[in-house]
Amino acid sequence: MFAFIIARLFQAVPVLLAVAAISFAMFAYVGDPVSQMLGQDYTEAQRIALVKALGLDQPFWVQYGRFVWAALHGEFGLSFRLAKPVGGLILERMPATMELALVAAVLALSVGVPMGVYTGIKRNGLLSRVFMVLSLIGVSLPTFLIGILLILVFAVLLGWLPSFGRGTLVQIGGWSTGLLTLSGLKALILPAVTLGMFQMTLIMRLVRAEMLEVLRSDYIKFARARGLSQRAIHFGHALRNTLVPVITVVGLQLGGLLAFSIVTETVFQWPGMGLLLIQSIAVADIPVMSTYLLLISVLFVTINLVVDLLYYAVDPRLRIGRGGRH
Amino acid sequence: MALLDVENLTIEFPTRRGTLRAIDGVSFAIDPGEVLGVVGESGAGKSLTGAAIIGLLEPPGRVAGGRIMLDGKRIDDLSQERMRAIRGRQIGAIFQDPLTTLNPLYSIGRQLVETIQTHLGLSDRDARARAIKWLEDVGIPAARQRIDAYPHEFSGGMRQRVVIALALCAEPRLLIADEPTTALDVSIQAQIIALLKRITREHGTAVMLVTHDMGVIAETADRVAVMYAGRIAEIGPVRDVVKTPAHPYSEGLMGSIPSLEHRVERLRQIDGAMPRLTAIPAGCAFNPRCPAVFDRCRTERPELLPAGATRAACWLHAGGR
Repeated sequence: MFAFIIARLFQAVPVLLAVAAISFAMFAYVGDPVSQMLGQDYTEAQRIALVKALGLDQPFWVQYGRFVWAALHGEFGLSFRLAKPVGGLILERMPATMELALVAAVLALSVGVPMGVYTGIKRNGLLSRVFMVLSLIGVSLPTFLIGILLILVFAVLLGWLPSFGRGTLVQIGGWSTGLLTLSGLKALILPAVTLGMFQMTLIMRLVRAEMLEVLRSDYIKFARARGLSQRAIHFGHALRNTLVPVITVVGLQLGGLLAFSIVTETVFQWPGMGLLLIQSIAVADIPVMSTYLLLISVLFVTINLVVDLLYYAVDPRLRIGRGGRH
Repeated sequence: MALLDVENLTIEFPTRRGTLRAIDGVSFAIDPGEVLGVVGESGAGKSLTGAAIIGLLEPPGRVAGGRIMLDGKRIDDLSQERMRAIRGRQIGAIFQDPLTTLNPLYSIGRQLVETIQTHLGLSDRDARARAIKWLEDVGIPAARQRIDAYPHEFSGGMRQRVVIALALCAEPRLLIADEPTTALDVSIQAQIIALLKRITREHGTAVMLVTHDMGVIAETADRVAVMYAGRIAEIGPVRDVVKTPAHPYSEGLMGSIPSLEHRVERLRQIDGAMPRLTAIPAGCAFNPRCPAVFDRCRTERPELLPAGATRAACWLHAGGR
């Protein structure tokens, strides 16, 4: 098992280097940081001096090497827009996005899986049909529209929940959390629902389709013939057999939630990484964009590793030759 | 008293183009400890009858008439929950393909223990001890070590042994074995049949053995029911049905078995195919293929009539043409 993890980490190295090359290429070839930093009036001598100071006169691979070396030490340069270290900027914003994405994922899983199981078992029930129609809406409505509708109903018309921001925060070490205060939790509800809605309906439909497949299988028929309880059959035998595809999709979706919560964060003015990214894109703040790209690739590699480990936990057939035979 | 008594069982499938009658007035009984073989071509309704008895007909199929009695108590109209308590505990079942019958994600020990605990309410330790004993009983070598292995770590024959242990571990009085050897290698088939015979005799379990393999029936069953197009064509002691079949269809089936003792130039075959459910002919369903057909067969449907030692649904035995 340990060897497997090490092997996977080594496989991740070329992926990360490739992403680093792309994000470095953004640095090197998109826009001209020198002219941006110099402003309107400058002499040729000043320009050359700055180019030398920034090391831009070096060959590409030297610059790339320096970039990777600096990134390994957690240095990602200064934001053009805010003139602060990018690493710090992103770290500052990370808790907001992490909390939002995790709450959205938990919501999507804890509602989506039971709904999927239910609609899979009671295929023709009235409630199942209602769920299926609702899920169609969830899948097809764009996120920003759901967000705006939720704001209209719960913030404007009913006035129950705030329409923007994170509410009152508590600092724990370097982590600012909104999970410990009432106003923080209230502020989290609408964005989390908005962000999790699509995932929830996706998970529900996936679990349903898998359940229908598994419930037709011989081992479920045999479990029935053995007189096991409905509960044991549906949640013990059937649900576990649906998990491998569900884990795959949920893993990818969680990465997606973290990386692309941009729309939701914009609608709710949520001070997370997505909002930072969209603001940086607007002014071509390349260091922030390329660092973000790197960070997201690390996230995806990590999530994929976790997903692979979960496969092994769920399906004993994959353990042969890895975890040792029984 | 018979352990299982099926009376006039009728199974229907409602479809858009009308109701299909897949099983039509089937009656038979199984005594305690008796092995009843059920033979017939694919689609004759053998498996469907078995599924109806354990209450696992796939919708939209449904029991449309008749009664199924177990130990004198009617079981075809029980609620899902009460029927569940009967499955496994009083009626066990084995299916065709041992490779797909076991849940791949759970160890065989876990599957045995959960079945034992569901029906017998034993403690974890007692249930596990019983599971190991059952695995030894069905001939799994090193059962104590193998109990925590997963299904994919066993061969097909070994898995069918595990399936037999699972079907019998709550000591049901009746076992429905639906083509238990069809998916196995020929060399393994004989072992599994021998195991089934031994273990059901030891426990006094009655067996309804569904198969299309006459050889298996001849070797295992006490009585045999020959099914054709959703009805019983002939039923009687296995020796009589094999040696002196009374129904032309049984005769055709027996004629198609190669014999070691007699030299046969060509195996007989029955011309034509079994009718589809949508086009069952009037009169006797077998009449278009029957070599001994006469007028009455085309208009009137025969019920089971005494024919020597067996009973056959054939007008030949109505006492003169």
